[in-house]
Amino acid sequence: MTTKSTEVIVSIKDVHKSFGDLKVLKGVSLEVQKGEVICIIGPSGSGKSTLIRCINALNDIQGGAIQVCGIDVTDPKLQKLELRKRVGMVFQQYNLFPHKTALENIMMAPTLVLNEDKETVRKRAFALMQKVRLEGKENAYPGELSGGQQQRVAIARSLAMNPDVMLFDEVTAALDPETVKEVLVTIKDLAQEGMTCILVTHEMGFAREVADHIYFTDNGVIVEHGPPKTFFTKAKDPRTKEFLSQIL
Amino acid sequence: MATRIPGISTSSATDLPVLKPFLPRSAPQLHTSAWLAGFSPWMGLVLFLPLMLWPFASHAAGNFTIIDAFGTLWNWVPFLLKSGFLFNVIISVFAMLIGTIAGIVLGLGQISKITITRRISWFITQLFRNSPWLVLLFIVLLAFPFEVTVFGVIIMIPDLMKAVIGLSLPIMANISEIVRGAIMSVPTAQWEAAESLAFSRQQILWRIILPQCFKRMIPPWMNWYAILTMATPLCSLLGVEEIITLSRQAMEAENNHPELLVPFYSFALGLFFFYCYPIARMTMYLERRYAVKI
Repeated sequence: MTTKSTEVIVSIKDVHKSFGDLKVLKGVSLEVQKGEVICIIGPSGSGKSTLIRCINALNDIQGGAIQVCGIDVTDPKLQKLELRKRVGMVFQQYNLFPHKTALENIMMAPTLVLNEDKETVRKRAFALMQKVRLEGKENAYPGELSGGQQQRVAIARSLAMNPDVMLFDEVTAALDPETVKEVLVTIKDLAQEGMTCILVTHEMGFAREVADHIYFTDNGVIVEHGPPKTFFTKAKDPRTKEFLSQIL
Repeated sequence: MATRIPGISTSSATDLPVLKPFLPRSAPQLHTSAWLAGFSPWMGLVLFLPLMLWPFASHAAGNFTIIDAFGTLWNWVPFLLKSGFLFNVIISVFAMLIGTIAGIVLGLGQISKITITRRISWFITQLFRNSPWLVLLFIVLLAFPFEVTVFGVIIMIPDLMKAVIGLSLPIMANISEIVRGAIMSVPTAQWEAAESLAFSRQQILWRIILPQCFKRMIPPWMNWYAILTMATPLCSLLGVEEIITLSRQAMEAENNHPELLVPFYSFALGLFFFYCYPIARMTMYLERRYAVKI
């Protein structure tokens, strides 16, 4: 990968989160450096998605501290819009706006939220469509695109805001095996360009290939973490071992 | 339905939740339009059938025959249309206009982030949605002054305007529910996606959510217009000039022959049918067109 500076861009310290009586996160801590790619893996219901959604304040937390690009996410006077301009997010179900074309989906936020010049944004949107390998689909509506294509538009839509961090929440989980690859290639390109990425994923092979650091969560805590080489071959915790033996 | 697919159009063999029959999300209540649109277009003529049979049923001795009754009606038709039914249309159009604008405001109030706004909007909606229309009409008629003074100028408030306001209240409440329901029918994932792109709440509502559910609001909105139009004769009880009021006055002017009742009221019934029937058909057509697209 590219050379890493040591600037911490996301720092999560002892985060607790519960939905009613159900404790989802029970003291999770992790740090992400600028340009780093981290993958969060773990069984269903272990709190992976909740954790990633706390980073851009889609979920609020009950305890602990989260800092993103120097913004204190737990501050009650948090400027959510300022935070979300810095953090891009891609969802499992793509969530494109169905009444807008692919290009309009990408252009909407920069023109309306950042008040950028429409022509500048249009040029950038065309460049992004090229980057996600969807030239020629600019005027297609989401309903006319395949799942993989929609997901790539969703990635381009987030990138159009020039975020500092990208969050990917199980972005390939709803796709069929053939289209998974085209989305993963797009994410890999991003990672190689030095974009800070946090991924929740079930694609172990992919995690192994692109991640700088892997976190394994189970039952609301981080059980084990490490660089992919040691993580996949020398896991120590029995829970990690069991999980890996089931999927590898 | 011709094909019955287990788990889709009919219940499946297992009770696994994923295989439960698919129910389209809260289809708007279109009973009135569905009922009205269910008629054949010839139904309007059938409505006049009692008129044709009237001579045989009527054995009122006298020199005023059914032919005379129709002749009388014929003389009054231009007047009943121009000074009567036209006003039913005017009342319905303006009540719908005011009701729609106020209803949209109230509906947005119902999904406000501010608790007090949300509660008040909900209360007003429920209050006017569940009140008898005639009672609302009477309250407006009696509570509103018949004239107001603005900067020293006395402005008369005609009964027509009061009728419009009175009828717009229940329409407002029902439109409010339509707006709220349509907004709620857009998946929350759309809100989340927009939030994560740093859109403000206002922008999300006007640029992303409402454009998606606008079409879904049209059929129930038209349904309420048909209901409203058919409710405009209520105004006759307040003495507002519209078709039923004028029909009664016309009959009085013609010496109240009982033979006049059926021709006159059937004429009014036919008019309402021919006005509302196309609206109902259109409503059902649009409903079918927009229903499946989610």
